[in-house]
Amino acid sequence: MLSKRNKEALFNPLSKDNPVLVQILGICSTLAVTAKLEPAIVMGISVIAVLAISNVVISLLRKTIPTTIRIIVQLVVVAALVIIVQQILRAYAYDVSLQLSVFIGLIITNCILMGRLEAFALSNKPWPAFLDGIGNGLGYTIILVIVAFFRELLGSGTLLGFPVIPQWCYDHGYMNNGLMILPPMALITVGCIIWVHRSRNKDLQEK
Amino acid sequence: MKALRNFMNKIKPHFQQGGKFSKLESVFDGMETFLFTPNTTSRSGVHIHDSNDMKRTMITVVVALLPCLLFAMYNIGYQHFRAIGMPEASFVQMFIFGLLAMLPVIVVSYVVGLGIEFIGAQIHHKEIQEGFLVTGILIPLIVPINTPLWMTAVATAFAVIFAKEIFGGTGMNIFNVALITRAFLFFSYPAEMSGDKAFVMTDSAFGYGAGTVADGFSGATPLGEVATNVGDTLNLSTSTLDAFIGLIPGSPGETSMIAILIGAAILLITGIASWRVMLSVFAGGLSMGTIANVFATPTYPASMLDPLAQLCFGGFAFAAVFMATDPVTGARTKIGQYIYGFLIGVFAILIRVYNGGYPEGAMLAVLLMNAFAPLIDYCVVQVNINRRLKRAKAK
Repeated sequence: MLSKRNKEALFNPLSKDNPVLVQILGICSTLAVTAKLEPAIVMGISVIAVLAISNVVISLLRKTIPTTIRIIVQLVVVAALVIIVQQILRAYAYDVSLQLSVFIGLIITNCILMGRLEAFALSNKPWPAFLDGIGNGLGYTIILVIVAFFRELLGSGTLLGFPVIPQWCYDHGYMNNGLMILPPMALITVGCIIWVHRSRNKDLQEK
Repeated sequence: MKALRNFMNKIKPHFQQGGKFSKLESVFDGMETFLFTPNTTSRSGVHIHDSNDMKRTMITVVVALLPCLLFAMYNIGYQHFRAIGMPEASFVQMFIFGLLAMLPVIVVSYVVGLGIEFIGAQIHHKEIQEGFLVTGILIPLIVPINTPLWMTAVATAFAVIFAKEIFGGTGMNIFNVALITRAFLFFSYPAEMSGDKAFVMTDSAFGYGAGTVADGFSGATPLGEVATNVGDTLNLSTSTLDAFIGLIPGSPGETSMIAILIGAAILLITGIASWRVMLSVFAGGLSMGTIANVFATPTYPASMLDPLAQLCFGGFAFAAVFMATDPVTGARTKIGQYIYGFLIGVFAILIRVYNGGYPEGAMLAVLLMNAFAPLIDYCVVQVNINRRLKRAKAK
């Protein structure tokens, strides 16, 4: 079940082959949904679900899909899954789905999805494809959560909506940093994470 | 002097490779070259040396900023004593108050900025660059006097790390570091950076000049008054002449046109700043101001200002003289400098007049054109290359 290759498919995307940090994919949604922690987590779970299931479906169909129309088939599968996710969110987490607005729908165009379908699902069996989907989805989610953690903490003084910065800080003149709420700081935060990541993994540094 | 030289020579071995404090080599080197002219010379090749090295350039800019700094101290005191209803306070009292108010900001700006530069130099085993000398004095001059010190510290740290060090340090930055500090403050803590409260210090400075704010006092800057103006005519409490002299509320360095012009003269006579940039910023501001004034409507109250007032109010002149002329972030080709400066002037007035959210546009205009300066240079160079190629082919 978990051969060496499968383990790599599952765990490599978490750090060494992270879709956001190393492949620099899915940046647009990383900048857009990370102002608060809650939508970031929901977005991450949605991407994990869509990525894992679409990877399995495409992997099952990989021998029957004509190569000339494979992108269209992939899009149909992903679009169907995204609509299901969207409906579920509207039914059970309406407030969050309002915050995420178009970005759930835009999972269809998330570069990580097309990348994994093209690069992995089309040439692998369903089980490794499933693990690869989970792994990449998790790798994406981790970064989303880290970025959203710092942005919500410094920008709003809350975590998951609960105030965490004690009142006496505000009484002594502390103020929330409005810039953290704006997208530029998301980019700089991602940049800082990449900076830390590269300095810990010397083999990833470009010369 | 001799004793100091001997002392430096004595402790030098400790800082060289293998010494006890070899990790602090660049700190020692920085101090030594700060105190004494280095006696090392180039050994090979042909070198043309100008006596005007980076240290002298930087110090000249600091000297050019001194009129603004001194006037800022006087004006802070003047505004303070006016606010607490004691306009009869003497010149000395006003100046001392301003000095006490400005000093902490200057100290914070230098300690944080130089601290990060020193640490960065240690980590990379590089020489400490003098670039922060000017930035460190610019920051207190453009940050409103009431900004809490910790905010200034955070913003300075952010600007030095993310606008300078990650691009490779002094001379490699794309954006003006001092303006990034201000932009960070402006977008992070908008409540502290605008309105009537930000620009006049009403508290005491270290217990000096305590008092309660007089009834009906407003610390609004002229541009703040313009932005909130209602009706077909402008009701301003300051005239263009007031703004030219500079005893008005505003960021410390920007209020007095006279002090800025003295600084401009020093920069131009010593040849440090480019007269092309300076001239074209004013030209751009003047033309955009005229256009806005011709199509003046009460919807955009700032469009009713006459063009000369546009140049004297707010940070326009300060940005033109000290920010736009930064040789690192500006355009380098001669034609490019005209375009670069002119567009700064145009954008500063454009933002000021037609964007209600930003009563002052000079900071954003300079930062925007900083981003475009390399493109302008590239286009100018390419046009020149193409023209000469064509000429070569024609023969």
